[in-house]
Amino acid sequence: MGLTHSSTGLGAVDSTLVIQKTSPGQRVIALAGNPNVGKSTLFNALTGMNQHTGNWPGKTVTNAQGRCAHDGQEYILVDLPGTYSLMAHSAEEEVARNFICFGSPDAVAVVCDATCLERNMNLVLQTLELTGRAVVCVNLMDEAKRKGIHIDLKLLSKRLGVPVVGTVARKKRSLNAFLSALDTAIQAEAPGPVAIPYPQRMEQALSALTPLLEERCGGRLNPRWLALKLLEGDEALLEEAGRFLNWELTADEALMEQAREQRQELERWGFTADRLRDFMVSALVSQAEGLCRGAVRYEKDGYDQTDRQLDRILTSKSTGYPLMIALLAAVFWLTIVGANYPSQLLSQALFRLQDRLSALFAFFHAPAWLHGALVLGVYRVLAWVVSVMLPPMAIFFPLFTLLEDAGYLPRIAYNLDRPFQKCSACGKQALTMCMGFGCNAAGVVGCRIIDSPRERLLAILTNNFVPCNGRFPTLIAILTMFFVGTAGGLGSSLLSALLLTLVILLGVGLTFAATRLLSATVLRGVPSSFTLELPPYRKPQVGRVIVRSIFDRTLFVLGRAAAVAAPAGLLIWLMANVTVGGATLLTHCAGFLDPFARLMGLDGVILMAFILGFPANEIVVPIILMAYLSQGALLEMDSLAEMRALFLANGWTWVTAVNVMLFSLMHWPCSTTLLTIRKETGSWKWTALAAALPTAAGVGACMIFTALARLVGG
Amino acid sequence: MEHTICLSDLHPGQRGVVRALHSTGAMRRRLLDIGLIENTQVECLGRSPGGDPSAFLIRGAVIAIRAEDGRQVVLQGG
Repeated sequence: MGLTHSSTGLGAVDSTLVIQKTSPGQRVIALAGNPNVGKSTLFNALTGMNQHTGNWPGKTVTNAQGRCAHDGQEYILVDLPGTYSLMAHSAEEEVARNFICFGSPDAVAVVCDATCLERNMNLVLQTLELTGRAVVCVNLMDEAKRKGIHIDLKLLSKRLGVPVVGTVARKKRSLNAFLSALDTAIQAEAPGPVAIPYPQRMEQALSALTPLLEERCGGRLNPRWLALKLLEGDEALLEEAGRFLNWELTADEALMEQAREQRQELERWGFTADRLRDFMVSALVSQAEGLCRGAVRYEKDGYDQTDRQLDRILTSKSTGYPLMIALLAAVFWLTIVGANYPSQLLSQALFRLQDRLSALFAFFHAPAWLHGALVLGVYRVLAWVVSVMLPPMAIFFPLFTLLEDAGYLPRIAYNLDRPFQKCSACGKQALTMCMGFGCNAAGVVGCRIIDSPRERLLAILTNNFVPCNGRFPTLIAILTMFFVGTAGGLGSSLLSALLLTLVILLGVGLTFAATRLLSATVLRGVPSSFTLELPPYRKPQVGRVIVRSIFDRTLFVLGRAAAVAAPAGLLIWLMANVTVGGATLLTHCAGFLDPFARLMGLDGVILMAFILGFPANEIVVPIILMAYLSQGALLEMDSLAEMRALFLANGWTWVTAVNVMLFSLMHWPCSTTLLTIRKETGSWKWTALAAALPTAAGVGACMIFTALARLVGG
Repeated sequence: MEHTICLSDLHPGQRGVVRALHSTGAMRRRLLDIGLIENTQVECLGRSPGGDPSAFLIRGAVIAIRAEDGRQVVLQGG
């Protein structure tokens, strides 16, 4: 789930899976696996870059499908959310389980992490309990080799009764072996589902129930597994199974009577509902342990020494926080330094093109209004958005993805859990906050990784306090213009990065404050328990990361911004040129907003730009520029220094600049984010709160700051 | 001498073997899911900068667990 149209757009929440076969011969393969096992990488490698995008940290929270072919057999791969279990404890687990059970895939491929195989076996066994038509794919074999872990794939395959293939997502040959195994799995007679041995009393109950289910299951569901669920009393599952089998199980008197009897019998022997569940899980864990015994061999004891050392440095009391902030600052510094020059080049090129366009319009004697609307309106705003937004994004996204790929982000969650716990929230909120740096809408969708509904709401409502990529360039530009100086050089870029880091830390601080406020008022509750996996560090695949983040994230976000910028450019040009009662519409609107905006230390134009920027934050600064320019002489705007001069001419002071940054950090979320919040929370009430909270904070902060500045300034 | 302690008592570098799980509900299921059943060996790897949660090595995976939840896991210390 990257910043694709489906994850940030309106389709963000569709959880029902509709598989579209384009020809009847296609086979549907469900791709299951724990989080962080490289499942999405494998999916991308198999189906090609364009079908699916890389994950934001966390999990694939929506489902993706892609096609691939091998030896004339076409496959539709369905990338299920990463889960540890199929017991449906969380929404993702339910999605994964329901697709495997009721989505009728032709086969299931379970992707495992070779460096941590035993843990992954839990999911493998749960899958094999459902269906024997499966392939186990032991991924990250290269990592395992590096760590001196040997895996006997043949022995595992013999023990499990299904093909077991080792893969390295980068290596085409290993992928071919995987596809060949799939070919075999769908063609050959499938082995029956694996029967996990349970304690004898449970086995007796199962053998009493299974015969009653066999006929109605008709080979579409494993009767033994369904019997297990009957004993467990999993109502939601039974209902779902009833729909699938077209047989309302809970209405079948004979069946329910037998199930009740068996449950009572079990309880007599001390197998209460809770203990029953314990035994189910324990049986799986023991079985997994047995499976791996002798099949996984460690060359040396300290195979994970490097990881432990890194963890000691990155999460220790003395260095954990400083390193986190230093990394953040380094990312910003590289972004600022790297974006500076290309940004200038781009803007010069684009504005030269504007002159050419103007000449072309003049050559064809196009009417002035047409030239104005298209070139001075649409084209110019587009050019600003591209030249200001593209370079920072093209640098920030890959850098961020590198950190993500290396496995650093879960460490951030680990480091920040304590402060979040103090706010009665969940450490995983740190992950969704990080996603917010890319795009708040993606961050909101990502909140699904938080299990407790209350803590998830906290994370959703406060996500907007970290600035998304649409707001970074605004912050960078204003910082550079007003606080660092536009002269350039190493010193000033370092200072910019440092100041930006401070602004971001302010955003993080506000996230904590808002979370705390919410959990003390409308979302009261105690922090729920949580476990967080710290996956092994991995060497990021630099080339792939760059390609993926540029194509999947950067261009997508830029495309969205441009789509909004074009009509906004037209609108603002019209407003600046349509005159009503002796003044332009722009003057009217800005004049109307001006008194209130002044209280916040802004002016009417700035506030209007924020309002018009509702569809995408990227266009706020271009609109401000446009509005100022339309009122004055037409300048060549190709450097920050000239931009600064224009702002100063329109009455900006350092106080205005600080207020613009504050308001950029705290105002209503963009329309996409709000619609996503509506979908994720299912309530307009929470959506309204998600908009009101940062807006109120922003208006308040600006007013207080302005009042203080006036007080100090006399 | 063997003695009974709880998961959150483990200091970084110390190991123990799970004897009982007192957690209930969702947390119990989650702890079982990560393989924290009886006789499982656990090693404390370190604490986060805030002092809580701590990281544990459980069946080859590193899992962070809060002290409050760790108190529900009874271990036999070495």
